[in-house]
Amino acid sequence: MNVILIAVTVLGAIGLVSALVLYFISHKFAVHEDSRIAQVAEVLPQANCGGCGYPGCSGFAAACVKAADAGSLEGKLCPVGGQPVMEQVAGILGMAAVATAPKVAVVRCNGTCENRPRNAEFDGAVSCRVKNMTGVGDTGCGYGCLGCGDCVSKCQFGAISMDAETGLPVVDEEKCTACGACAKACPRGIIEIRLKGPKGRRVVVLCNNKDKGAIANKACKASCIGCGKCVKTCEKFEAITLENNLAYIDAEKCKMCRKCEEACPKGAIHGFNFPPRKPKTEESTIQSTQTPNVEPSKAE
Amino acid sequence: MKTFHIGGVHPAENKLSAGSPIREAALPKQAIFSMFQHIGAPAKPVVQKGDVVKVGSLLAEAGGFVSAPVYSSVSGKVNKIDAVMDASGTRRMAVIIDVEGDEWEESIDRSKDLVRLSDRPELDSKTIVEKIKNAGIVGLGGATFPCHVKLTPPPGNKAECVIINAVECEPYLTADHRLMLEHPEEILVGVDLIMKAVDVTKGYIGIENNKPDAIKLMAEKAKQYPNIEIVPLKVKYPQGGEKQLIDAVIGRQVPAPPAIPISVGAVVQNVGTAYAIYEAVMKNKPLIDRIITVTGKSVKNPSNLLARLGTPFQQLIDECGGLPEDTGKIIGGGPMMGKALLSLDIPMTKGSSGLLIMNQKEARRSEPQPCIRCAKCVSACPMGLEPYLLSKLSAMEEWEAAEKNDIVSCIECGSCQFTCPSNRPLLDMIRVGKTTVMGIIRSRASKS
Amino acid sequence: MKPIISLSPHVHGGDSVQKNMYGVCVALLPALAASLWFFGLGAAIVLAVSVASCVVFEWAITKFILGRNTCTICDGSAVLTGLLLGFNLPSNLPIWIIIIGALFAIGVGKMTFGGLGQNPFNPALVGRVFLLISFPVQMTTWPEVHQGLAYTDATTAATPLSIMQNAITSGDPTVLSNLPSFQDMLLGVTGGSLGEVSAICLLAGCLFMIWRKIITWHIPVSILGTVAILSAVLHASNPVYAMPTQVLCSGGLMLGACFMATDYVTSPMTGKGQLIYGVCIGLLTVIIRNWGAYPEGMSFAILIMNAFTPLINTYCKPNRFGEEVKK
Repeated sequence: MNVILIAVTVLGAIGLVSALVLYFISHKFAVHEDSRIAQVAEVLPQANCGGCGYPGCSGFAAACVKAADAGSLEGKLCPVGGQPVMEQVAGILGMAAVATAPKVAVVRCNGTCENRPRNAEFDGAVSCRVKNMTGVGDTGCGYGCLGCGDCVSKCQFGAISMDAETGLPVVDEEKCTACGACAKACPRGIIEIRLKGPKGRRVVVLCNNKDKGAIANKACKASCIGCGKCVKTCEKFEAITLENNLAYIDAEKCKMCRKCEEACPKGAIHGFNFPPRKPKTEESTIQSTQTPNVEPSKAE
Repeated sequence: MKTFHIGGVHPAENKLSAGSPIREAALPKQAIFSMFQHIGAPAKPVVQKGDVVKVGSLLAEAGGFVSAPVYSSVSGKVNKIDAVMDASGTRRMAVIIDVEGDEWEESIDRSKDLVRLSDRPELDSKTIVEKIKNAGIVGLGGATFPCHVKLTPPPGNKAECVIINAVECEPYLTADHRLMLEHPEEILVGVDLIMKAVDVTKGYIGIENNKPDAIKLMAEKAKQYPNIEIVPLKVKYPQGGEKQLIDAVIGRQVPAPPAIPISVGAVVQNVGTAYAIYEAVMKNKPLIDRIITVTGKSVKNPSNLLARLGTPFQQLIDECGGLPEDTGKIIGGGPMMGKALLSLDIPMTKGSSGLLIMNQKEARRSEPQPCIRCAKCVSACPMGLEPYLLSKLSAMEEWEAAEKNDIVSCIECGSCQFTCPSNRPLLDMIRVGKTTVMGIIRSRASKS
Repeated sequence: MKPIISLSPHVHGGDSVQKNMYGVCVALLPALAASLWFFGLGAAIVLAVSVASCVVFEWAITKFILGRNTCTICDGSAVLTGLLLGFNLPSNLPIWIIIIGALFAIGVGKMTFGGLGQNPFNPALVGRVFLLISFPVQMTTWPEVHQGLAYTDATTAATPLSIMQNAITSGDPTVLSNLPSFQDMLLGVTGGSLGEVSAICLLAGCLFMIWRKIITWHIPVSILGTVAILSAVLHASNPVYAMPTQVLCSGGLMLGACFMATDYVTSPMTGKGQLIYGVCIGLLTVIIRNWGAYPEGMSFAILIMNAFTPLINTYCKPNRFGEEVKK
């Protein structure tokens, strides 16, 4: 009985002393942080994905507070939380919410197994970065998707997956937060973080090939051959530029008329999320892998 | 017997063409001259479509100090200058010539009689280096580093000896072996020239012990050169690696990059380069041809061909019995460090030491298994690194830790992947890490 | 013809996980023969049950719990774990206890960490120590040799280790005269677990593995050397401690030094590290044997040092090429 009493007393005393020491030390060495940072951090999604450009959610919270003190929240966007979260942050900091246009990841390649024949067999570590080091890879196009899924393994939100039939990655627009991880992972820079567009509609050149037209043509049925027809059709809005044998549509200037899509002889330009259009003329029957809402233009 | 002290493996030698004397390959119908046949800035074309050229005509001048000019190995007309697929696996600029006849530039001395350094007392160090530079000589062991740059030590470095790399540790390749058996005297004059160029009085020729006939013959001929020593070396891969060779021959280890062999006083050149230097300085012949070993278990006639640069590989394999039915891989170089090619329509370049055809069975890798931490890769690594760790750090993108573990010292010899019982793609991942870390180091240096 | 492309190297030396695992099994054949010779039917049953249950559990856990489709039992590591676990058990151990041991060894010791290559502790030793702590009586009664077809009904007797512990606790050196002759201890004519008795068979297996480059000399030499030196010093200071030759052939020291401590996954990756690892194991074994409560210290010593392996790996890097010149 005595033993138990001694044991309890001694341990209790040690506990009490430790608690007091910890209390005083925690107060003496306390880090004084602006309380607003913790408040902002609380409403953030806690994904710590880095999509905002800051190191984690706490880093973003600190940056927002700093920006608020400087006068404006311009340029600060949490892609995961989106506009609702930014409005909350603005509310906490007593600022006006800045409206930013939502973005999404777009895989600019339509070199499916059907469009782009494989002329070699890759046998090595299943990694796009490794496969890229072999040169142009196992097809004739040195700029197209390598198909090993580095982008898929980097996505924290399960928003991108490999389509086994086409060999290309597919982006789930509902889940995509435009954090940019997949774009960074791609060794060929095929994935672009682009404006989602009004009603989620956008027109994109689904090709990354910078080879001369003849080589691009031979390598893939759906390649951009740099012919420039699309540039001509867009003379009014000047949204399309041709550089290094590759056409590029500026999302901010694009008026969604889709004339370039009709004009492209290779079917390399695609409209996303447009309502099905009435079949007009004989066009290429190349199917886009990423537009579940668009019917392919039918050949008559 | 001398050897390097850390790591090493023993791949099967497969020197199928060792007994095959060098024979001249036929002229191609069209020769393709890449502007990227060397380390450094690409060469700049000085000809245009329609120009008539002879063997030895200048096609492209050097693009900078670390660069080399390109000379035509054929006579004919320039067809075009365009980007074509080359041995790197990418499309790069090349000069394409339609071959007509075999006319040589008059300045080239085609006679076979031996010219010694003592016959040309007017040749001093500066002239020799200049001739080498103008002839477009690059390291013929496969690295293709411009020779004149190596022979011009950076300020603060002094060459103490010349070491000739006649090791040829890659399985299958026998070009250097045959060169020693058939042109030993010319090689020795070439070595003498290199020693004069860097002003040293000691030269070594390192030869692996699986070439006893070459060792004997070279030792015999080298008796006239009291300053040149033939050094037989133990058969172990990668004995032919520059750093490993220096360690074996003179016992000095070159420190980690950015240190280079000249920091321990050594100037290393491949034996084929020494021969090319002889031809360039004594016969005014620019680098227009080289010996290439065309080989493989299913190849009908494994041979050592003296081929003109720019000859498509298709032609070379046709001269050795054609492409076998069961071909799996077409490799430019040897099996340990060579590059798997996409097709045979690729032209031969200055660095093409071998064309190896692997059959389907040999070519396929086995399925990788988890790392069992056996540490065999650590024992095999000739640079004293830990491949299992570097591979894992690269896969996890831990670039800081990879740098701390000396990933930039990796010489990409492949010993680790060769040894791994789990068939893991160690070198594939280490390469990704090495390129990334080197990029980080470069951007760090340019910022400061 | 579609050429195959990959980065270099394009050849492989032909080594495989299977070759190494089965190579160790081959090295264990002399010890296996010795165990069957000395312990008869009991040995056969224990080993068969141990190997079979380890293989079955690994297959079942891989397929149903981890949900993987790969066949890992083909690589020989489960067979080897089963064999080594069996070698650590007495020949009269009931079947149900062996099965529980195998389940713990494979299930907890190996598969919870993710399978081959991921475990920090030697699975066979994890199983053995688990059984030792859970079933101390059954795990410390050792049958005599040459009982032929006897199994759980075999007569048991004192082993050399228990005699040595007795000598130390009683303080009476004459107890040590009860030890079997050196020749008997070397050959294995003593009580003990199945695999540990025949020192000479184990040494032969060890030399075979070194010859076939399955293991290097560092771990066995450092462990045996440390134990030899320490026991020589102890014996010289006080005759209560047994002679080094007797200590080296007793208990699981030989089995542990040659086959358990040399396990790839749980031992350090460099020669330097392995020497440190071996010396510490030897030291711990001697300490636990002579001053700890258990007569056998080898299993605990190895498991403790397994925990230090990552630390040893961090600080014991191989000599980098060109390092000396830096200094």
